[in-house]
Amino acid sequence: MYAFEYHKPSSVEDAVAALSGKDDPKIVAGGMTLLPTMKQRLAAPSDLIDLGGIAKLVGVREDGGALAVGAMTTHAAVAGNDLVKSRIPALANLAEGIGDPQVRNRGTIGGSVANADPAADYPAGLVGLGATVVTNKREIAADDFFTGLFETALEEDELITSVRFPVPQKAAYAKFANPASRYAIVGVFVAQTDGGIRVAVTGAKGSVFRVAEMEQALSGNFSADAVAGIKVPADEMNGDLHASAEYRAHLVTVMAKRAVAAVG
Amino acid sequence: MPSLSMTINGKQVTKDVDPNTLLVQFLRENLSLTGTHVGCDTSQCGACVVHVNGKSVKSCTMLAVQAEGSDVTTIEGLAQGDELHPMQAAFREHHGLQCGFCTPGMVMSAVDLLQNNPDPSETEIREWLEGNICRCTGYHNIVKAIQAAASEMRR
Repeated sequence: MYAFEYHKPSSVEDAVAALSGKDDPKIVAGGMTLLPTMKQRLAAPSDLIDLGGIAKLVGVREDGGALAVGAMTTHAAVAGNDLVKSRIPALANLAEGIGDPQVRNRGTIGGSVANADPAADYPAGLVGLGATVVTNKREIAADDFFTGLFETALEEDELITSVRFPVPQKAAYAKFANPASRYAIVGVFVAQTDGGIRVAVTGAKGSVFRVAEMEQALSGNFSADAVAGIKVPADEMNGDLHASAEYRAHLVTVMAKRAVAAVG
Repeated sequence: MPSLSMTINGKQVTKDVDPNTLLVQFLRENLSLTGTHVGCDTSQCGACVVHVNGKSVKSCTMLAVQAEGSDVTTIEGLAQGDELHPMQAAFREHHGLQCGFCTPGMVMSAVDLLQNNPDPSETEIREWLEGNICRCTGYHNIVKAIQAAASEMRR
């Protein structure tokens, strides 16, 4: 790992201030992606700004009809949180399925969302539930947040402070996990929300996406049969040594069926 | 070079370290606590698992400076003098090892499991060990040892 300057601000304001005037600063949350990347010398930031000292960014609270999850809340903390388990059990289940216990003890929702890995689980949860990403500057709808492969709407000096999840009537997440990494080869999040049925897919393309045809079919008939015949084209799907594009396209339908069945 | 302080196995430690020092490097190279192993160095294998503020983490994927002010427990901190921790005793009794390289991480991970779930099923144990790889594939006796330790520790 190359040398860098380390900063540990105690407030969001100080963290944003620490970003300015630096050559190539990076923010570290849980570090579950950034540190391995730095170890491989694929990233060499001049400055590392550690959000681990900002207590305000940790925890889950009720916010009107929604749950606000602080950006530095770990996956283990989301999975074990009583509010999340009682109000949005599908989100607790999603967090429980990320990586392994040690990754869940360090990795955070803010880090995962900002990194926007195409195979990460949280993007499906955010888009599936119609969540809002809250930053130090503004609020961004999840539908507008994930803009591409490892790309988001975040600006250079913008920090995620929390993610606000509206409580759905019902929801479920079904994932076909890579057996080694537990990343999603394909993961489908299905939710019955006040704004209608939402179906969000992660792992299959460069970025999370919704399947409008499935959402329409489920609005008329909420059953696994309603999505069984809906195929997504393989054209834009990811293909790699774990799964071909055609296989991923097939898995989208299978995982959607499983998620719908789990919603009940 | 920043000065770093933390509590390791109950002892206060203060050292100067470069920020790009991993926690596992700090333990092994600065403090000679070589019980914590480096297996893969890519966050997969879990040979480097230690506890930071009571929670199991991979010390190859955390900077030493991130543990500033924390309470760290390594495999060396489990036994009470000559008396093995019940998890260590169970691994010995049930031969929960073959070459032994993964054992420190397995034991530290298993101790954290029982803090969360004192009576895990076999499935729950195997799921918990997702982040601990035994290259000898000796999982069967590892699971048996954890079950035995759980039963001993519930008494």
